[in-house]
Amino acid sequence: MNEEKQPPVISESSDGVQLRGEWTTPYLKQLQKISKNNTRHQVNHIAIAQLDPNGSRVLLELIGNEPSAWPEGLTKEQRGLLELVREKVGPVPAQQESVNLLAALGQQVFRVIRHGRELLEFAGQLSALVFSLIRHPRQLKIKMLLDVLQRDGLNAVPIIALLAFLLGAVIAFQGGLQLATYGANIFVVELISLIMLRELAPLICAIIVAGRSGSAFAAQLATMQMNQEVLALKSLGQDPFAWLVLPKLLGLMIVMPLLTVLSMLTGIGGGMFVAMVQLDLSPVEFIQRFGAVVDPIHFWVGLIKAPVFALIIVNVGCMQGLLAKGGAEAVGHRTTRSVVQSIFLVIIVDALFSILFAQLGW
Amino acid sequence: MMEEHKVIVELKQIATRFGDNIVHEKLDLKILEGERVALVGGSGTGKSVLLSEIAMLREPDSGEIELFGEPITQMSGRELLAQRQKIGMMFQQGALFSSLTVLENIMLPIREHQHISGSLLKDLAMLKLRLTGLPEHAAHLYPQSLSGGMLKRAAVSRALALDPPLLLLDEPTAGLDPAGAAAFDDMLLELHAALNLTLILVTHDLDSIWTVTNQVAFLGERRVLMKQPIEKMVKDTHPVIEAYFANERAKRAIRQELI
Repeated sequence: MNEEKQPPVISESSDGVQLRGEWTTPYLKQLQKISKNNTRHQVNHIAIAQLDPNGSRVLLELIGNEPSAWPEGLTKEQRGLLELVREKVGPVPAQQESVNLLAALGQQVFRVIRHGRELLEFAGQLSALVFSLIRHPRQLKIKMLLDVLQRDGLNAVPIIALLAFLLGAVIAFQGGLQLATYGANIFVVELISLIMLRELAPLICAIIVAGRSGSAFAAQLATMQMNQEVLALKSLGQDPFAWLVLPKLLGLMIVMPLLTVLSMLTGIGGGMFVAMVQLDLSPVEFIQRFGAVVDPIHFWVGLIKAPVFALIIVNVGCMQGLLAKGGAEAVGHRTTRSVVQSIFLVIIVDALFSILFAQLGW
Repeated sequence: MMEEHKVIVELKQIATRFGDNIVHEKLDLKILEGERVALVGGSGTGKSVLLSEIAMLREPDSGEIELFGEPITQMSGRELLAQRQKIGMMFQQGALFSSLTVLENIMLPIREHQHISGSLLKDLAMLKLRLTGLPEHAAHLYPQSLSGGMLKRAAVSRALALDPPLLLLDEPTAGLDPAGAAAFDDMLLELHAALNLTLILVTHDLDSIWTVTNQVAFLGERRVLMKQPIEKMVKDTHPVIEAYFANERAKRAIRQELI
């Protein structure tokens, strides 16, 4: 196609208005300009070199939709194309109207309620499963459980230890600065111990596990759902929950308390380190003070949250995974949602625990 | 009549390798304007690879590709871009952008290449949508909610957005039910007649080959063994081709007997 390029033109002579050139897609911009500026003109003659559907659409604006009124000079093919395009052009159908604010709010509320119900239903299924496991312990897939213990427990040790240590150090540092102005350096022990034991150790642990394992659960199950692997399990007479959810649930229930204890220890270790460097409080003094003033109840208050957080993370992760529908993008979507939701719920439940323990006087 | 025989695609001595696996070697192929060519061959003969080389999505390891009479290896970026606009490609799974509606999918190439006003843009996109036989309400649907047949039609609509003279289709009827596949084939024929298209399709669907194409290029032994109409192809005695069409020939023979 080496022939000269001929831009579309409209010209007026004694014979009337004439159209020439290529009426094709590359010239759409010029074509649009021509059609805009010349809507009033009656086109008398057409000598167009090339025409394509996009060009035809613009041409129709100039010469009208009535074939009998079309000016002379069209080739047979051009006429055919014009007739086809004339038949096929049509307005864009109206889009569904956007809902008003109140209705949108209502929809949102219902969505939240529906979602809460799904979550509860799933939790119910999980508990039923645990009970049936107690009656038939052989249902448990030991290998998958061990897998979870290693991948979500053992492999998470370094990052949780490191982050808890840093967290403890940061809190001791910030708190220590304030305490030192009152000469109350020694109180850093209570500060760091209570915060780490009661709140931050279980929380940081849950957040990391939600990001690390909860998202992995959701992604894995969503992918399996896409591949119809979940259905395949069912068709083979297997309970997908027993294979896919139960090992994760039990695994995290075992692993989370252990990881929480680990982050308590390293968190307090971080505080102890800063106390030594910053506040001239030797580790021996720190530990003596710790033994004297920190009641074991604080440890239990922190620890009791761990299995609850584990339940939340598994529940949300697995549910999001199994709810996945559609294409590959659903996997990413569900993974993101599982992390956001489980961290959200973990923090809410943590707040509820605080209220409960305050009422109990623990 | 001279117009009819313009060479649209010419492949010269193409070689393609994946590591040690040589897919094409000294492959030649010529496709004329207005032809409807099926690329067929056993699996692993590099049909889809060849298609993506014609679509300029993959460079062959050696050899020369001429599109519309011009060698693409010596082209500047701008010329390549111009060439790309003359080629519409339909991918096997449709490859519609999932975050855009069908209409927005079709509008995207027009908007990016032509600076025209919104209403004309939408009009042109609607035109393409209806040309492929999609119902109007499909315009505002997202690709996820389309059925297989509609998805393929929407993909063709997007490929035709810029009115390319050459349309490439990768397994257009794969995954469609027989009725849907037949309807899709009819649509291709209509588009070919109305829009002056040249079609190249990779397909395994023998019904499609019989109805849509007028030339079949058979890939085997790392090259194009033969390019000829299907009627001749099924009678070919080349062992590879014979093996491929063995069942098909029997089927045809029976059908012809019935008629």
